[in-house]
Amino acid sequence: METQFPMKQILNEDGVVVNSEYESQMTEELTKELYIKMLRARMFDRKSVNLQRQGRIGTYVPFEGQEAAQVGSSLVLEEGDWMFPTYRDHAATLTYGHSARNLFLYWKGYPMGCVPPEGKNIFPPAVPIASQLLHATGTAWAEQLKGTDRGSIVYFGDGATSEGDFHEGLNFASVYNAPVVFFNQNNGFAISVPMEKQMKSKTIAQKAVAYDIPGVRVDGNDIFVVYFETKKAMENARQGNGPTLIEAVTYRYGAHTTADDPSKYRDQEESKRRRETTDPLLRLERYLKNKGYFEEAWKTKVEEEITKEIEQAVEDMEAFGPAEPTDMFTHVFKKPTWSVQDQLDTFKAREKEEV
Amino acid sequence: MSTAVKTQKLTMVQAITDAMATMMREHDDVLVLGEDVGKNGGVFRATDGLEAEFGDKRVIDTPLAESGIIGTSIGLAMNGFRPIAEMQFLGFIYPAFNQIMTHASRIRSRTLGHFTVPMVIRAPFGAGVRAPEIHSDSVEALFTHMPGIKVVIPSNAYDAKGLLIASIEDPDPVLFLEPMRCYRSHKLEVPEEKYTVEIGKGARLQEGEDVTLIAWGAMVDVIKKAAKEIEEEEGVKCDVLDLRTLYPMDRDLISESVQKTGRAVIVHEAPGTGGVGNDVVSLINDTSFLHMRSPIKRVTGHDTPVPMCAIEDDYLPDANRVKHAIMETIRF
Repeated sequence: METQFPMKQILNEDGVVVNSEYESQMTEELTKELYIKMLRARMFDRKSVNLQRQGRIGTYVPFEGQEAAQVGSSLVLEEGDWMFPTYRDHAATLTYGHSARNLFLYWKGYPMGCVPPEGKNIFPPAVPIASQLLHATGTAWAEQLKGTDRGSIVYFGDGATSEGDFHEGLNFASVYNAPVVFFNQNNGFAISVPMEKQMKSKTIAQKAVAYDIPGVRVDGNDIFVVYFETKKAMENARQGNGPTLIEAVTYRYGAHTTADDPSKYRDQEESKRRRETTDPLLRLERYLKNKGYFEEAWKTKVEEEITKEIEQAVEDMEAFGPAEPTDMFTHVFKKPTWSVQDQLDTFKAREKEEV
Repeated sequence: MSTAVKTQKLTMVQAITDAMATMMREHDDVLVLGEDVGKNGGVFRATDGLEAEFGDKRVIDTPLAESGIIGTSIGLAMNGFRPIAEMQFLGFIYPAFNQIMTHASRIRSRTLGHFTVPMVIRAPFGAGVRAPEIHSDSVEALFTHMPGIKVVIPSNAYDAKGLLIASIEDPDPVLFLEPMRCYRSHKLEVPEEKYTVEIGKGARLQEGEDVTLIAWGAMVDVIKKAAKEIEEEEGVKCDVLDLRTLYPMDRDLISESVQKTGRAVIVHEAPGTGGVGNDVVSLINDTSFLHMRSPIKRVTGHDTPVPMCAIEDDYLPDANRVKHAIMETIRF
């Protein structure tokens, strides 16, 4: 089966083009945009880990190492498309237009962090595993019924493919020919459980066979192959040709969350080695250098701009003021039921007393 | 000159079909989806004729997957449609519990109202129709305990149509439970036009001063029978309430009634422990404690799985058990 789903690659680890299919579209402009967006995601991620260490946000879920998979796939979305991320997909949500401030607010425990900017159909991070695949299918199906050419992209990890909802999502989308891209980030571990203990199948892409939809396996650390293959899948969906399952093989260097210790379940030397060999950002930097597009001064300028943006977002997060406890009551139903209203009134009365 | 409302005599299941058809004619965004709801018209014929009238794009036979039905309905609801998802039996809803609990019920609150889920989940439930194992569960309490979802249970044709239309119009998710025993047990005159019965409002079916009887779904017929018999046998006059909505519950109706009678018997076929009857007891404690003349009684199913049909009558509350409880409250 593995041989039927070879890992597609455009850029090898040395930043050399090994597949020229899309070379004419790999412009300097696109390459630099991809690089900037990956760098921005990485800097956001590192900032978040630091904020967590300083106690300025709560537990955080780092994604360093997975920037190419997330940035490359999300860049193909157009206004009105639907995005269903997990809690590890801030590179994707940032790229599609979520505000860094709201992402920080999310990890600070503010409900506002779940609210996307107007016009961006970004769902809050899926916390139960694989259930969001069905929402992506439902929203995409709705677009199809409305006769638009919008679609959904949904993110999930390797562990999610063991859940029933993974299979129900693919089956429903296949039956209704819904315009969905099922974007799997196979980072090798479901918290601590490695892929070979998760499933006997060697690839995730092959699971598409059962649903008679295309299954594509890509090098998830090669942003070009991610971008062009996702673009193709989304265009296919928009044209009414149904869903695609994409497996992006990638790696997370760090822990599952800031609350766990990866040294307990995997070789830390391997993670160090990966930073040198498969790192998505480094690979694109090598390509930029090979093409003569890269200058240190340019990178420094880009880094400065991103730092400014992130620092501003942190400042905005911290200036946001205390979370509004009454939010807990006011959005359960459009109109509160008497029990929610009673509890809100009691809560407010108690708050007043305490003051 | 008043214009007479045109009515037709319908069973409860026919009234449910009529409610869906009425709303589907009026609103293109109302969809029906579930297992066997299309050509077959549902295993109880609740969707009979809908596919013929509205086509298979609006009355959709889905794959056999409860989580899939609810999960995709959530997506449809968030993106402009008003899906009515049918669970073939409430006892089969467990695979979809995760979707309802972790998504449908809390998408509005998680996103501060940015995304909402205006959907209805319909499910036949309850024992007493000699259904196979698992088909007869009454697990309404799992959902009244779930913040963010309303739970509605009609017991007759008129209420069923009005409540289902109100549920479809509701901007939030509604679990609409249909007692199987009531589907064809009697017919009522049901207006042909659209009307609603307000969610959250119970009904007083009979006035009485001595004791308040409270039930929902198929148990409403049981308390009506008990009330009639106890009046004939003992001269006890019951105030008979059909709650119709379990969440939010009709606090005013319950309080007003028990403050008049000073006694209450609550009847449900679900197991007693953790049952909705306990919430009624709490509500009465909160609003009417000093009016009570005797402890509140509950008559419920047992804390056992609903047994196979050879012994299901031994599980279900009946008029005799209810009458016994009434006399205990009277003689306290």
